[in-house]
Amino acid sequence: MKNALEVNDLTVTYNQKPVLWNVGYAIPEGKMTGIIGPNGSGKTTMLKSIMGLVEPDGGSIRLFGQKLNKVRHRVSYVPQRESVDWDFPISVMEVVGMGRYTKRNLLGKQTKEDQDYALEALEKVKLLEFKDRQISQLSGGQQQRVFIARALAQHADFYILDEPFAGVDAASEAAIFELLTQMKEEGKNVLVVHHDLQSAAKFFEYLIMLNTRLVAAGPTEEVFTESNLESTYGGQLNILNSIGEQLKKKSFPIRE
Amino acid sequence: MSSKDLIDFLLLRDYNVLMVVLGTVILGGSAALVGSFSFLRKQSLIGDAIAHSILPGIVLAFLISGSKNPLFLMIGALISGWLSISLINAIVNRSKLKTDAAIAIALSFFFGVGIVLLTYAQHNSEGNMTGLDQYLFGKAASMNSLDVQLFALMAIVLFFFIIIFKRAFILISFDREFAISKGLNVRFYEWLLSSLTILAIALGIQAVGMILMAALIITPAASARQWTNKMGLFMGLTVLFGMIAGYFGSFLSYTAPQMPTGPWIVMVLSFITLISVIFAPEKGIVSRQRKKRKNQQKILIENVLKSFYHIGETKKEIDVKRSPLELNVKLQTEIKRVIKGLSILERKKQVVRVGESWALTTEGITESRRIVRLHRLWELYLTKKMLIDPSFVHHDAEAIEHVITPEIEFQLTKELDNPEIDPHHSRIPKIRT
Amino acid sequence: MTAFWIIFTGALLAASSGILGSFLLLRKMAMIGDAISHAVLPGIALAYLVAGFDTNYFLLIGAALFGMITTLIIQWLDKRIKMQTDASIGVTFTFLFALGIILISAFASQIDLDQECVLYGEIAYVPLDLIYTASGESIGPRQVWILGVNLIIILIAIVAGWRGWILSSFDEEYARSLGIKTTIWHYSLMMLVSLTTVVSFESVGAILVVAFLVIPPATAYLLSDKLKVMVVLSVVFGVLSSIMGYYLAWVLDSSIAGSMAVSAGMLFLLALFFRPKEGIVVKWIKFSK
Ligand SMILES: Nc1ncnc2c1ncn2[C@@H]1O[C@H](COP(=O)(O)OP(=O)(O)OP(=O)(O)O)[C@@H](O)[C@H]1O
Ligand SMILES: [Mg+2]
Repeated sequence: MKNALEVNDLTVTYNQKPVLWNVGYAIPEGKMTGIIGPNGSGKTTMLKSIMGLVEPDGGSIRLFGQKLNKVRHRVSYVPQRESVDWDFPISVMEVVGMGRYTKRNLLGKQTKEDQDYALEALEKVKLLEFKDRQISQLSGGQQQRVFIARALAQHADFYILDEPFAGVDAASEAAIFELLTQMKEEGKNVLVVHHDLQSAAKFFEYLIMLNTRLVAAGPTEEVFTESNLESTYGGQLNILNSIGEQLKKKSFPIRE
Repeated sequence: MSSKDLIDFLLLRDYNVLMVVLGTVILGGSAALVGSFSFLRKQSLIGDAIAHSILPGIVLAFLISGSKNPLFLMIGALISGWLSISLINAIVNRSKLKTDAAIAIALSFFFGVGIVLLTYAQHNSEGNMTGLDQYLFGKAASMNSLDVQLFALMAIVLFFFIIIFKRAFILISFDREFAISKGLNVRFYEWLLSSLTILAIALGIQAVGMILMAALIITPAASARQWTNKMGLFMGLTVLFGMIAGYFGSFLSYTAPQMPTGPWIVMVLSFITLISVIFAPEKGIVSRQRKKRKNQQKILIENVLKSFYHIGETKKEIDVKRSPLELNVKLQTEIKRVIKGLSILERKKQVVRVGESWALTTEGITESRRIVRLHRLWELYLTKKMLIDPSFVHHDAEAIEHVITPEIEFQLTKELDNPEIDPHHSRIPKIRT
Repeated sequence: MTAFWIIFTGALLAASSGILGSFLLLRKMAMIGDAISHAVLPGIALAYLVAGFDTNYFLLIGAALFGMITTLIIQWLDKRIKMQTDASIGVTFTFLFALGIILISAFASQIDLDQECVLYGEIAYVPLDLIYTASGESIGPRQVWILGVNLIIILIAIVAGWRGWILSSFDEEYARSLGIKTTIWHYSLMMLVSLTTVVSFESVGAILVVAFLVIPPATAYLLSDKLKVMVVLSVVFGVLSSIMGYYLAWVLDSSIAGSMAVSAGMLFLLALFFRPKEGIVVKWIKFSK
């Protein structure tokens, strides 16, 4: 079985403070995977490293066995909702249309095909009737679906979503989950940062448990154990903290 | 200019010079003081907006009263400064526009009004307009003793209020929510602080002019912040920098009389910032570079020590002399660096030179054992507690071994149950005591 | 004809600034625009010093480089030195502006610029400085040509790169996740802003450039929820301000550039108080009913 994602020895720091420390795991192809961990445990940072948005201090990441730049068009990213400027004068359709943008066609115009893809994505998330609305005039769940639609329009093979269920009611959550499942069934890979433990066990067949270091990674039924949860949510390791402080205090590089 | 002139200036022998210098020093100090709060509240650019917004108030006060009595003008300045702040607040609270846009809007709108009024007055008013444009560009060079007395008075008022309310001001600057929860009348203190800011700015623009006023508010605080984390020292340095800039700014423009004073004050301030950014302890570039170099040196010499240990480990020949070439088989760096590391170690009496080679001293042996021990302890910790594959741990340990303090080492030993063998089946050296 | 040329100059500038300002506003960089418009002064002073303003158009671009230097210094203070952002901006633009004033004063005999002109320009003289063809016929004021070319450059850049501008302004992170170099877009915008500031300095000065960069886009932003509409409205409000400003100045016998800024501000206040649904007054009336 091939791996969709391989992370080796990944270490990331912000201002010398380690946020991800020696994280390594692999996700087989065709899985619906969840990343769980407490606030500030580095989940978003993990996704940003995969998307090349932060510069790791060490380690490597492979997508479909290749470097990100080779397979960028096959990967699609939905950022955490807080990072969006909802007052931006832009309509639902325009946001979804961005899913068709690439490095090469930025100077071009929208083609008929792009338009069709965008409409099809909107149809899938059931937002067709809202396509001309400005994005602040939507509910939380609808806003989230807009960004999922943008990812869908990209027709990628790997979908990476940062907390798509945050601030979303039960009905929307079910709808979004339904969508993700459908994508998975089409043979796509889905990687989701998630907060709610109860539903995590239900939603995901594969789990990454993160708390600065990797606590566990593997099939849910194997890793979703009392003791793993305890190490994930039971606070940081004391020694890691002390060393983090030393690194910061002395401005020491975490890799030679 | 002769050197006698210069000395005369520096000692303030000339009466006019004395006035100019006193004036700019007072203004620089006062503006810097209120600026320290704007800085802490991350609102320094509001000072820029206020400085521009004062113009219409001053011109209107002149048009209505027909006089250039500083008191009237100051009242006008306060009113239009307040209007500008209110506009900024209204925009931020009542629309989707953000603070920076609100500031830019208030700034250019009020300044536009000011320019319109000023040119209107110039073309239509009977009164003598000369002197009003000093608010645009400053008039430090022509300050007289009356001005200085007024400035001194206002400065005393400013310092008085700030000293009395210092704690409340600091509190609302740092943690507004907390101040509210403490039952502090935050609105009152904010109003007072803003009024003092407007006052200081209305004064300050007479030294440097409207456009450059932002520098008098922002730059001293930004420079002082580089030097210290202590509140008292920060405020003291801020005021000091403001005053220094006033003094040397007027000095520089004195040496080149056709030059306006304001820009020179700003140049001195910018120079202070540059010095601060480069030389401040801790945050300064030099200090950061030095730290970096020290760290690199530490890494280098500890690696050299380790190298002695590794080469001799299997045959228990750690104390045997080695040539740099031999040592570098493990180190994989340039020979030059190995020799550099060795000579540093020699100074620390951890190695001795034997012909073309070096050998560890007793101290060096202890030290090399300590480092190898830390390296292996950490590797073990990573595999045992962080469940990292042994083939990945070496990298991390190469860096972390250099920062493990004795306390952390103690903890590691405890948590790992006083281990003997590392994940790669090598022995973890014990520290002999 | 004088009135026409002056209003036309204002309108050309308003159009350029309205377009660029819309993007500055949406990128939350309004004060960076303010900073740049002040900080290009040393560049302008040097351009005058080296060749006199009108002789060499490459010098204009050289002067515009100071806008880039401004953003670079601000970024350096902000990111490397970790000075807080507002202070980085304030420290940088005051330093460069002071430097510019010193240059102008030091070389007063060679630089034909005075401090007033730096602040609010001399738009009234625009119609006097005409360009003549070889046969001696006038083809309009020099400023109008310069600003016109500037506007065309901006139009081409914005229309051609529309997708890039909207994407990098709306969601920088997503853009980077597509492998797009957002810094190139960032610096291109800074370059265009600098260029616009430099070419309009002579006619309207630093302050009106800021007014035109910020106020009409802000007005448009309040009234529209589509980017295209916002950009078009910014231009409309800008042009309207220059017409209103000209006549306001005529009535009051006051600075034309200043009056244009005031008119832009008036339109903004109207929108702030009376815009449908959210206007302060509108809300207040609804509330008291
Ligand atoms: N740009 C940054 N600069 C400095 N520190 C940062 C930055 N981004 C994140 N951090 C810090 O890194 C740590 C991990 O952040 P991250 O966003 O990855 O956490 P998370 O697991 O996604 O948290 P949450 O559940 O709140 O989304 C946090 O302590 C955060 O404060
Ligand atoms: Mg997160």
